[in-house]
Amino acid sequence: MAITIKLPTQLRDAAGGAASLEAEGTTVGEALESLFSQHGELRERLYQDGDLRRFVNVYLGGEDIRFLDGLATEVPEGGELTILPAVAGG
Amino acid sequence: MAAKRLQCRECSTQYPLEARYVCSRCFGPLEVAYDHERVDDVGEVRRRIQGGPQNIWRYHDFLPLEGAQPRTRSGLPAGCTPLIRADRLAAHLGLREVWVKNDAANPTHSFKDRVVSVAATRARELGFDTLACASTGNLANSVAAHGAALGMDSYVLIPADLEEQKILATGVYGTNVVKVRGNYDDVNRLCTELSGDRENWAFVNINMRPYYSEGSKTMAYEIAEQLGWELPDRCVVPIASGSLFTKIAKGFAEWIDIGLLDGDVPIMNGAQAAGCSPVATAFAAGEDVCRPVKPNTIAKSLAIGNPADGPYALDLARATGGSIDSVTDQQIRAGIRLLAETTGVFTETAGGVTTAVLTQLAERGEIGPDERVVLAITGEGLKTLDAVRHSFPDVEVDPSIESFESIFGSPVTA
Repeated sequence: MAITIKLPTQLRDAAGGAASLEAEGTTVGEALESLFSQHGELRERLYQDGDLRRFVNVYLGGEDIRFLDGLATEVPEGGELTILPAVAGG
Repeated sequence: MAAKRLQCRECSTQYPLEARYVCSRCFGPLEVAYDHERVDDVGEVRRRIQGGPQNIWRYHDFLPLEGAQPRTRSGLPAGCTPLIRADRLAAHLGLREVWVKNDAANPTHSFKDRVVSVAATRARELGFDTLACASTGNLANSVAAHGAALGMDSYVLIPADLEEQKILATGVYGTNVVKVRGNYDDVNRLCTELSGDRENWAFVNINMRPYYSEGSKTMAYEIAEQLGWELPDRCVVPIASGSLFTKIAKGFAEWIDIGLLDGDVPIMNGAQAAGCSPVATAFAAGEDVCRPVKPNTIAKSLAIGNPADGPYALDLARATGGSIDSVTDQQIRAGIRLLAETTGVFTETAGGVTTAVLTQLAERGEIGPDERVVLAITGEGLKTLDAVRHSFPDVEVDPSIESFESIFGSPVTA
């Protein structure tokens, strides 16, 4: 099923300049695999040792997936994932 | 300038000194790297600093600005806040020597003026015309005020449920106050997305973050200078994102490295509110990463549930033999009162957190009898009045001696 993945500016050069892409899958992990099959360089940018790098945040409908089921979080048909770098605030 | 490049803290990839905050290879945070040379004549460097302006620009050589030292009597100069020897607080806690670094004495009454001064000045150097931020309140005050002082437009995004005092003390400067229906982490996420699309906006704590966070080092420089070019043994510092905590240590470390100070980086104790304690929880569990939380605490200025500098704060606490503690809202209120009643300094909830953690460390017997301890008080009590409302009795009298004496008794006659 179609999932939209929004990419931050820092990743667009590795995705042919796209700000968002369509992906397939039923979970966050599957959707990201689908993204990597389209743009292989993104895997190394986002993953380390088979999991998300610690400064990579992924949101489903505005909610950090670490509050859900992480990469196993189910994504509904037409769902939207947003990838953003973690930034210290204040 | 001695600042040479931006460098990723994770993978060491280097970038030029531009408006960039995240490594495009690994998403790690970027930090300013310097080529400081070891000081030959310590006395000369100290005299030059002492001869500088009474604000953070006296440390211009250690900050990431390209131009000449900023005009020191214009803009909104920050820093040179009092370091107060708090003997009554120390006696109450059974400690020998406690100092209070009162950063409420900044132009907008919090340490944020340090970081915003540096970020706003660098933003001008890089050609930005608009300042912006994601804020828990104190940063909003500071960005709005610096925007006004420098003649730059500003947008401040805050959680909609912020303390009224912090909203009023932001809007008064003529900024665009944007209340976001969500918590700080939601605000931060929105600003991170916005910063990708608005290229002429300097989000001080996002795309200007490497410069912004360097401003926190000036608190360490001042503490050392005010202690007569000596290091404290221990610092107790509040943790929200973990940036101030780690940069205070960086400030001390830089001056030790170049020979301006003798000794070691102090023991670093971090302070969090129990209602938002992802870093303290990870510390207690022996983990190196923080699991995000949904904040629920009166210490709203520390209510960051997903602290990006958390891993570095954990490393620092462990490397210096310190800790990261948390305290309840009740302890926070007691901390505000204790500081006020023993030092005359009225701090906001974050300072209550810090004071309560110092109390906790003293009660646990962790602070040695000869230690010199510095307590970082980062903000002003008038901004979080709800925390002390109804916390003390008051009396009402008629304007007559009889009414007064009916409560306080007659004067004792000799």
